[in-house]
Amino acid sequence: MFSFLKKSAEAAPAPSWGERLKAGLARTRVQIGGLFGGGKIDAALYEELEEALLCADTGVAATQFLLDNLRQQVKKKGLSDSRELKAALREGLATLIAPLERPLLIEGHQPFIIMLAGVNGAGKTTSIGKLAKFFQAQGKSVLLAAGDTFRAAAREQLTIWGERNQVAVITQQGGDPAAVIFDAIQAARARKIDIVLADTAGRLPTQLHLMEEIRKVKRVIAKADASAPHEVLLVLDANTGQNALSQVKSFDDALGLTGLILTKLDGTAKGGVVAAIARERPVPIRFIGIGEGIDDLRPFIAQDFAAALVDSD
Amino acid sequence: MLDNLTNRLSRVIKTLRGEARLTESNVADALREVRMALLEADVALPVVRDFIAAVKQKAMGEEVIGSLTPGQALVGVVQRELSALMGGENAALNLAVTPPAVILMAGLQGSGKTTTSGKLAKFLAEQKKKPLLASCDVYRPAAIEQLRSIAAQLQIDFFESGSAQKPRDIALAALDYAKKHYHDVLIVDTAGRLAIDAAMMQEITELHAALGPAETLFVVDAMQGQDAVNVAKAFSDALPLTGVVLTKLDGDARGGAALSVRQVTGKPIKFAGVGEKLAALEAFHPERMAARILGMGDVLSLVEEARKSVDVAEAQKLAEKIKKGKGFDLEDFKQQIGQMRKMGGLSSMIDKLPAQLAQAAQAQSADMGEKQMRRIEGIINSMTPQERARPELMKAARKRRVAAGAGVQVQEVNRLLHQFEQMQKMMKQMQKGGMAKMMRGMKGMIPGMR
Ligand SMILES: Nc1nc2c(ncn2[C@@H]2O[C@H](COP(=O)(O)OP(=O)(O)OP(=O)(O)O)[C@@H](O)[C@H]2O)c(=O)[nH]1
Ligand SMILES: Nc1nc2c(ncn2[C@@H]2O[C@H](COP(=O)(O)OP(=O)(O)O)[C@@H](O)[C@H]2O)c(=O)[nH]1
Ligand SMILES: [Mg+2]
Ligand SMILES: [Mg+2]
Repeated sequence: MFSFLKKSAEAAPAPSWGERLKAGLARTRVQIGGLFGGGKIDAALYEELEEALLCADTGVAATQFLLDNLRQQVKKKGLSDSRELKAALREGLATLIAPLERPLLIEGHQPFIIMLAGVNGAGKTTSIGKLAKFFQAQGKSVLLAAGDTFRAAAREQLTIWGERNQVAVITQQGGDPAAVIFDAIQAARARKIDIVLADTAGRLPTQLHLMEEIRKVKRVIAKADASAPHEVLLVLDANTGQNALSQVKSFDDALGLTGLILTKLDGTAKGGVVAAIARERPVPIRFIGIGEGIDDLRPFIAQDFAAALVDSD
Repeated sequence: MLDNLTNRLSRVIKTLRGEARLTESNVADALREVRMALLEADVALPVVRDFIAAVKQKAMGEEVIGSLTPGQALVGVVQRELSALMGGENAALNLAVTPPAVILMAGLQGSGKTTTSGKLAKFLAEQKKKPLLASCDVYRPAAIEQLRSIAAQLQIDFFESGSAQKPRDIALAALDYAKKHYHDVLIVDTAGRLAIDAAMMQEITELHAALGPAETLFVVDAMQGQDAVNVAKAFSDALPLTGVVLTKLDGDARGGAALSVRQVTGKPIKFAGVGEKLAALEAFHPERMAARILGMGDVLSLVEEARKSVDVAEAQKLAEKIKKGKGFDLEDFKQQIGQMRKMGGLSSMIDKLPAQLAQAAQAQSADMGEKQMRRIEGIINSMTPQERARPELMKAARKRRVAAGAGVQVQEVNRLLHQFEQMQKMMKQMQKGGMAKMMRGMKGMIPGMR
């Protein structure tokens, strides 16, 4: 199978290519950076705006939607200055994603059971560590359930987050995620804990059997408490491109999502795919992740997000 | 679902027919479609822009003007250009240095560095090499434990380190250890880092200087979006990369990041990660990737292979039936299994597929799949046509009869009915999906495949 190893084809790139691309990148940057200097509104300006949105992972359809909307605004309000255009685009985007700004309220159930799901490496376990801190700061008691029984040292990783937060982590030697979480719910009830945060293993929606497995986890949670889970969160990596939308759809179809967490916004990725999510599968974004530390969790504010996206260079 | 590029282009190309030659204005529509497809596949905009310019230039050239069907020629130019940009033949690891040859792993958080370190170690051990694994990730909780446990699973030597140590100290000590213990290869895992984290980028530059690696591999998630160009540029500025590993290709992302990263770094993609298991590492196939990015990948190549051995009319009938939401019955189930067998059994079929399915091929024993398929056929053969069409008829007495007829236990009949039910559910879920999607779904349904 690995017979290719014998070949030593070092495919050299065309020498001019790297240079061309670098020039291309610089071009984009300059264009977007110098975009709103206060000049005239013309076709070139719209094209530059389109590029800014596309480069932020907004996607072809959502970008088109935002620009069509912008053109209407220009007509209706008689905008003539490129700076006004910027404000209008930011407004348009903010309006589009505003429905996603719906904070998570912990009420009506004790324990309040929160289940996290997502693809591999998105930031589920880290987000649980941050959420534990967040909820404890509000005076709530928290318990963690180590439902990732697949990945090497996933349990140890969560255990360390438990120690950092000084909260209990329910783990099991064996391999059944549903059973661990079921146990954790029983323990939380016995200990009168306010919130259970259930970690799960990362999975890609193409792995239908693993999607079936996580559906079972949800069913078993409902066996422990018929009203649970009270929140089903999908964790999304802001670096993800258009696949993020299909992740939302697949996990929503499988589990009925109640919220999203968008992680890794401390990097250069803008998470513009949120605009597409707002149009096609508007699941509220409960939190954003802005670092690897325990405090690096923030509520999602549509206005801020829109500003970061449109002001980006 | 997004249209794939083939459909789109054929639509546009119809309007090209009858025109004597390609001009800027008459290829403009087609090129716009190509641009959209690439953007939807997450190829970064600057890369798309240059690509379109290159295709346009070629299309305006003689090749196309001289061709009888200009439309086809344009599609040809697109595919050829893209494959060329992805790189030619897949490139090998170059470990021909005085041992130990060091492999340094680098990349963003969660991209798959640690898992890939384990996969490479397994792969090299199978080449009769003696690898040593070491972790310099002193930041992420339990990162060292993760690699330790992977090494134990693989029975590969692990260099102990602790999160109180400095990464550079760990690296140097591991190198020293590898020398003393005659390891051929030292694989050094590092913490995930953001390209804009200057201190962390400095750290990995220093690790590189201390280790003098033979291979410095940039690990990239196939799902990554537009930012791939910026990240790749920053890593390639900080480190003299020698290659790229593209992970999570078992997902359904089109993987345009592959093209972005390839262009920015100019380095070959040496491996593809196609699953969480440690065997799920593959050679990277540039031409398959090009087709996947264009949205012509899996379905086309599967249909191509399938055509040779499978009754296409039957397959289409089934696809139609499913599309229309008509019931998928046990007879269809049997037929599908029969077709899979005709294609040379599961494992050989999976070999022909793009990366998505290879994970399954690794995980399952071909024999078991084959045997299971025959048993399933046997059970269905023992049912009456009515039972096949209406599986809900299968109550206890009928189950006993069928089990006796097929020479199996009743439990096995139950298991089959359960599998069938799952499959039926799945079919409903993907009425819009193509054949590849269907096949992909099947891997979870057939026993012995993960
Ligand atoms: N499906 C799939 N999952 C993968 C693949 N490669 C890695 N993973 C999973 O992705 C997740 C992250 O992988 P890691 O190897 O821990 O990634 P990392 O880059 O070391 O992550 P950090 O050290 O946290 O930055 C884990 O859940 C892995 O099991 C792949 O090719 N396919
Ligand atoms: N920079 C940054 N890294 C993050 C963030 N959230 C998680 N990570 C990192 O991403 C990697 C994967 O996170 P993990 O929680 O293990 O993901 P899981 O596989 O979904 O549980 C780890 O290295 C985390 O430290 C974030 O908001 N910003
Ligand atoms: Mg985890
Ligand atoms: Mg790691």
